[in-house]
Amino acid sequence: MMTLEELYQTGRKVVTGSLTFTAEDIIRFARNFDPQPFHVDEEQARHSLFGRLCASGWHTSAGWMQCFLRFWKEEARRLAAEGLHAPKLGPSPGFKELRWLKPVYAGDTITYAVTLLEARIVASRPGWRINTILCEGENQHGEPVIRFESKVIEFA
Amino acid sequence: MLYFEDFIQGRRFDYSPVRMRTDEMIAFASEFDPQPMHLDEEVGRSSILGGLAASGWHTSAVGMRMMIEAFLGDSSSQGSPGVDFMEWKKPVLAGDILSGFSLVLEARPSKTKPAIGLVKFRNEIENQSGETVAASECSVMFRRRNGEARS
Repeated sequence: MMTLEELYQTGRKVVTGSLTFTAEDIIRFARNFDPQPFHVDEEQARHSLFGRLCASGWHTSAGWMQCFLRFWKEEARRLAAEGLHAPKLGPSPGFKELRWLKPVYAGDTITYAVTLLEARIVASRPGWRINTILCEGENQHGEPVIRFESKVIEFA
Repeated sequence: MLYFEDFIQGRRFDYSPVRMRTDEMIAFASEFDPQPMHLDEEVGRSSILGGLAASGWHTSAVGMRMMIEAFLGDSSSQGSPGVDFMEWKKPVLAGDILSGFSLVLEARPSKTKPAIGLVKFRNEIENQSGETVAASECSVMFRRRNGEARS
């Protein structure tokens, strides 16, 4: 089995995929979780700081996860074809320094990426590693819209 | 309607309880976090989580909704620049009843936008056993009272 560190050099940015935020998707997510006027109503959004309908930051964040998992499934398939096993990834204990750098407007396409920052062995749990990853997303104009650092547990 | 001036350090807003429904957890996970422990009760039970567990992103989004219902929905909120940290401390399992609070840590006027102030919150979500399942700190921008006139 390969470790994440063996698969991806630390510091190398890997693009995981893209997601287009339609007005319909933005409103549907926001009605469930974040029904602030600028996330559910185009007209009211015009009078807000954002100026236009834009996605809940939690929607943009969940979009990172969606693209990562799609990428990871493909990676597992790619490795299997080479006779290799992808590392098993476990639940995340959380994230830090999440910044919603720019609004994600209706119609924007966000391209997400991941960079392995650090891989640490867990002394108390043989075979476990804790990875720190940098998660990013930019819009179709190349402007960063989201960034955060996350931890990912890996089992041998 | 709550404005920037209403967010005084130490003021606390309690959340109304929310029940985590299996169908909603699976719907969220299917779209955003389709890992077996978030989709399949059997898999969840045999994992270190101990049952069908909500995606941390789902718990975070539910936390957002609890904040909206507790105070943000009737405020001059202008969105948030981000979250300093989020700790998913314990699994959130199907059927759990979540509650919690947001506590004002600090409030300061914006240096660049006179109509706006920035409020930092400590947010905690707990389950029906009183265990903290998620803790975070975030900032939210609010219009100041009479902010329109100043801007």
